[in-house]
Amino acid sequence: MNAMNRPDAAPPPLLETRDLLIKFGGVTAADHVSMQIEAGKNLAIIGPNGAGKTTFLNICTGWLKPHKGKVFLEGEDITPLPPRKIVRRGVARAFQIPQLFTEHTALENLLISAAAREGLRNPLQNLHNISQRDEMMHLLDLVHCTDVADRVVVELSEGQRKLIDIAVALALKPRLLLMDEPTSGVASSQKHEVMEILVGALAEAGVTSVFVEHDMGIVERHADEVAVWNAGNVQLRGTPREILEHPDVIRDVIGEEVA
Amino acid sequence: MSDISQHSPSRGLVKSGSLPSMRALLTLLAVLLLAAVPFIAPSMQLLINLALAKGLAVLGVTILLRAGQVSFGHALFFGISAYAGAFLTASLPGADIVLVLIAGVLGAALSGLLVGLFVVRYRGIFFGMLNLAFSMIFWSILEKFYHITGGADGIRLTRPSVLGMALERDSFEAVIFYLSVVLMVGLGWFTLRWFASPVGQIFQTIKTNETRLEYLGLSPKRALLSGYLLSAMLCGVGGSLMAMTQGVVTPEYVWWVRSAEMVFIAVLGGAGSVRGAFIGALIYEIVRVYASAFAGDIWQMLLGGFLLVIILFAPGGIMGIADSLIGKGGKSRPTTTKEDAQ
Repeated sequence: MNAMNRPDAAPPPLLETRDLLIKFGGVTAADHVSMQIEAGKNLAIIGPNGAGKTTFLNICTGWLKPHKGKVFLEGEDITPLPPRKIVRRGVARAFQIPQLFTEHTALENLLISAAAREGLRNPLQNLHNISQRDEMMHLLDLVHCTDVADRVVVELSEGQRKLIDIAVALALKPRLLLMDEPTSGVASSQKHEVMEILVGALAEAGVTSVFVEHDMGIVERHADEVAVWNAGNVQLRGTPREILEHPDVIRDVIGEEVA
Repeated sequence: MSDISQHSPSRGLVKSGSLPSMRALLTLLAVLLLAAVPFIAPSMQLLINLALAKGLAVLGVTILLRAGQVSFGHALFFGISAYAGAFLTASLPGADIVLVLIAGVLGAALSGLLVGLFVVRYRGIFFGMLNLAFSMIFWSILEKFYHITGGADGIRLTRPSVLGMALERDSFEAVIFYLSVVLMVGLGWFTLRWFASPVGQIFQTIKTNETRLEYLGLSPKRALLSGYLLSAMLCGVGGSLMAMTQGVVTPEYVWWVRSAEMVFIAVLGGAGSVRGAFIGALIYEIVRVYASAFAGDIWQMLLGGFLLVIILFAPGGIMGIADSLIGKGGKSRPTTTKEDAQ
């Protein structure tokens, strides 16, 4: 009997991976990764460079196909699906290097995202006149970018582009948002501000998030849960306090001598 | 290969202020002037009719330039449409002009879909050369199957009827001329609206970020195919008008030089510009006819030199020059979809 049909059975996790394996030449980037992501939390993924964090996001969104193992979204096997079909099921992605339409304005990037979400096909309707315009302006407000709405993306700072990239993903109204280093490229003095804005926007939109992060200050302050990646697998998982005080993490990830 | 599509005025620097309204006014004046040609310069009517037909085909190439793709084989759809019309009038003498046009555009759309399904998997030079390959395959078929296609001599397209009436040559030429003007205005307007629409904007993002497009839940191939189909149909309209104007179709319609000519005109007029497609075609045809009369064999060299100057000093093409002249003194800003809708 299908677990979904049992009234007493716990609902399947929002995202689940089972025994993921992927190798690039001699390097094992995902080494039998099995993990579950529950809805409603902000999960941070930390770990040294080359540990397989981004590869994990790429597999979960269908960009890379694992040699072995499966990915489930609320119990549905999404492993063979291309990214666009996974996106349509409610999984959005923001990138380490913002992936935006550089010749369009910030607002147009969001409007295109809304048009994609709604499947708008009227060839005579102006993009600027679609009914989702106010909603997109609100999203821009949410990420504190209203003042750059009409500026072409190439004119924006890296931090602004990061926020627009995330807003474009949020415009899809996802259930799960996967982000790769949301504060990289942002000035140190602005990182916490950017994350405050971001976490606030996610909470308002009711979106579960998974984000790869190298800044432990960000992780400590903004994550609900932390997974430590090492050599292509999850080494540890727990609350930020548990993880950041763990001797292995202090030694291998933070890079300090253990007292 | 130099990315000529990057000179698209859709995002190029234009001048703000009164530019859109001034542009609309000048467009209206140009259309009225064109409509008056049979009265004020009847000797130019045929030449301008051919330029308008070519301009519609160039508009097809222009659409692809907006997505950053250059096709060196779009004469394929120009030719397929022309031959579809010729075969129709051969088997159904006196077929109506609208029927000939529809048959041509359907032929172009169908072939555009078949070729498009294959070529949208490629980008850049591969996209351009695959289009060229398809057009040359069709050219070979036209040349070799002479018992069906008439070979290099081509086949005649007998004069279609107009709303059931068999017209004399002069009357028919007037009809086809005004039909060309109406189609130029109608399809030009539609293309501008399409560019500004969500589906047109999604098509244009192929030029800048296919990864994001995929992560918006869209297929870049399908997005490119939609524009490819539209571009093939526009080439089909141009080919059909050209065939009905000339009364004969030959393999020259799909010869690679014809495809290159379309790209040449698109860049000359302003790569990515709807108005530029027609202005470029008009200038090209006029220069070609008069330069070949007065400058013998060096007219191609003159045009080539002119194109070099355009690429080096005015990458926005003739429309870019016109925009900067009209908007002189205005503040520079990138255009948006708002301008596309003007």
